[in-house]
Amino acid sequence: MTPDLSALLERCERLYRDVALAPVREWKARTGGLAVGYLPIWAPRELLHAQGVLPVGLMGGGEDVEIIRGDAYYQSYICHLPRSTVELGLGGQLDALDGVLFPAICDVVRNLSGVWQMRFPGKLARYLDVPQNFDPEIGGAFFRRELEALAADLEARGALPYRPEALRTSLAAYNANRRRVQAVYGLREREPWRVPTWELYLVLRAGLVLPVEEFDALLDDYRSAVEADAERRPMDQARVLVVGSFCEQPPLGLIKTLERSGCYIVDDDFVQVHRFLRSDVPLDGDPLDNLVRAFLDDAIESPTRFCGDDRKTTAMVERARSCRAEGVIFCAPSFCDPALLDQPMAVSAIESIGMPWTAFRYSENTGQFQVIREQAGTFADSIKLWSAP
Amino acid sequence: MTNVQPIAGARLAQKDRSQERQKRMIAEHFSRLGRAPASGERCVYTFVPGNLTELVRSFGLLPVLPEINALQSAMRGKTKEYIAVAEKAGHSEDVCTYVKADYGMLKSGNVGPTGEKLPAPDLLLLSYTGCFTFLKWFEILRQEYRAPVVMLHVPYQADGRITESMRTYVVAQLRDKVIPALESVSGRRYDEGRLREMLARSAKAEDDLVAVLQSARRRPSPIDSYFGAVYYLGPIFSAFRGTEDACLYYQELRQEIEERVRLGLGPVTPDGQLAAERFRLVVEGPPNWTHFHEFWRMFADEGAVAVASTYSKVGGVYDTGFRHDPDHPLETLADYCMGCYTNLSLPSRVDLICRYVEEYDADGVLIHSIKSCNSFSAGQLAMLREIENRTGRPGGFIESDLVDPRYFSAANLKNRLESYFQMLGQKRARATA
Repeated sequence: MTPDLSALLERCERLYRDVALAPVREWKARTGGLAVGYLPIWAPRELLHAQGVLPVGLMGGGEDVEIIRGDAYYQSYICHLPRSTVELGLGGQLDALDGVLFPAICDVVRNLSGVWQMRFPGKLARYLDVPQNFDPEIGGAFFRRELEALAADLEARGALPYRPEALRTSLAAYNANRRRVQAVYGLREREPWRVPTWELYLVLRAGLVLPVEEFDALLDDYRSAVEADAERRPMDQARVLVVGSFCEQPPLGLIKTLERSGCYIVDDDFVQVHRFLRSDVPLDGDPLDNLVRAFLDDAIESPTRFCGDDRKTTAMVERARSCRAEGVIFCAPSFCDPALLDQPMAVSAIESIGMPWTAFRYSENTGQFQVIREQAGTFADSIKLWSAP
Repeated sequence: MTNVQPIAGARLAQKDRSQERQKRMIAEHFSRLGRAPASGERCVYTFVPGNLTELVRSFGLLPVLPEINALQSAMRGKTKEYIAVAEKAGHSEDVCTYVKADYGMLKSGNVGPTGEKLPAPDLLLLSYTGCFTFLKWFEILRQEYRAPVVMLHVPYQADGRITESMRTYVVAQLRDKVIPALESVSGRRYDEGRLREMLARSAKAEDDLVAVLQSARRRPSPIDSYFGAVYYLGPIFSAFRGTEDACLYYQELRQEIEERVRLGLGPVTPDGQLAAERFRLVVEGPPNWTHFHEFWRMFADEGAVAVASTYSKVGGVYDTGFRHDPDHPLETLADYCMGCYTNLSLPSRVDLICRYVEEYDADGVLIHSIKSCNSFSAGQLAMLREIENRTGRPGGFIESDLVDPRYFSAANLKNRLESYFQMLGQKRARATA
């Protein structure tokens, strides 16, 4: 039987808007396990899973959270994500979490780890210092020690002890999940009319708060439902690659606005944790080493990772070409250092292949989309009018 | 209202022997850089926090510090134009203005603070210490110069301590990545004996610097540890740590400050001798460079003296005991990098500031928050709350930018500072009533 798409999307949107993490509370009540949140972009969810911990992706408060206390912690010239995260923390909405991981992606998230240590002294607040040296003997060895220390911290708080066999099983679970996510991305790239990005986005967001096995089922159902939907037909829209939105997320309305203004989003940076590693993590050999090597060698070219050669610009061009984009939209949060400092280099890569681009900034609670609609609409029109062969 | 006694014929104080020496050192350094393309001397661009000056110089290479160039450009009134060049080229108004000033300077001919053209880098030594933007900055410069870049990833002291794992990681990078890159660009082999000699000189200069900074514990303080300290820190934060010149400079400076202590003098300000010390402050955050003297006067006119600051620790925290150790050359460089102020966790930064408040008997803590520096600024409001709770001393909060003059609002800053000083005065009056 074909799954009910509207019911599925309603469920996803409920999960997306539930900043108090009801499903996490239910999972904890059911299993007695720990739940640990993680900030963007990537966290070793496999390791947490292997220790019986529920990894919970945190992406700020989004468009629905009114910021009252959070603004007392952050100046106006700092991005929105930390203030809404603090708002949720102080408001008790994150009480279900036994700790939070702060991956090393920028100074704001780094310093948020310190704010968390000061405001929530009883909880685990762990900065995850991911290596910028990608030599397995140096950065890899350091990262392995970091992961071992994380495993010990989790065990000290009641998680299962680290066991290689359990991690191997978890690697397999997340490999399977990644393949499912990639399959839906592949479907959208081939037939974007079948997979509107606002729908896919809601599914991906739901996956942040569900156990990976439930997320698998959700992805399978979504894919079956859209493949069976005969009503979905191609329209004359411009194929665009949207980059820069890997940390603070745009409001759902902004994604819908881009699509309604005449764009098919055929690749993006949204909720990147599901695709940060590009392929399967090998299961043979030492599983922790395999996870470390996957991070070193198989992660996407992110603005948060140091690149000392031309790989990143080459990857940008390849990405735009492989998804058959007709244009690129640089869509970054205001005051996002990694995205905005990277942008001029990415723009020059895109210009080098003569591909059109446009750029704007947002914050997670941006409420006015008219200007963006006009800009994206004009961009899509210009592609259709002037870039067609 | 003024709290300053002008010194006849003086502009920014009298030139002490140490100042003259520093001026000569800097002029000679930039002159060598200017001649480098002809002389064949090679240069390494790197950053102030986590700088490896002794190591770089042990290979006979000349350091260039883009942050110093940016702030010098700001003091010369050039950054408005440079930032405009960068923004026109697509750099966002939201990001670090040091980067944009440096990029604009490069695109405008790369003329350094002494008016001589700076050479292109032979190597970009990315000491990624305490600031994410460094990483992007050198990616941008690499694309512009097509120069090789070597990364030194310095782990963050998130839990307030340096672990053996962190030290091992940094030492491995120094040994297997940084030193081979320096060997390659210099054509010289690594000479540990030479490095040890330089590290021993660093430790000597660091002793003298700490004595200078700690002189501010006295009443009146003979120095200003925020604005004035900028001049004192020049040699050790930039290209001279580990050199004989730096040793002589800090020796002379210490003698001069000890003489001021003996005479019971307060600090020298842009307009002369501070007549009376009214408020003792601990200041967190970098200064504004585009209106440096105007900003300083807002404090001096009120008799406010910075007795300790955190900006004076971005190139190394020495007053909690760290000294470069010539017996463990690579390990000590690793510990130095990891100990720089912006590589400390927020709770550690709070601890340090609270310690300063007590040790320097400060009346309050003032945060100068920088619009384009997330490393310093993100979380400062939470820090202030914590510091006020722990010390009971009033906190003040003002905002501007490093090198973008558009974000320096003199009237607004002056208003806020005057209100803060009034509040400190009233608090003191109540306490003594």
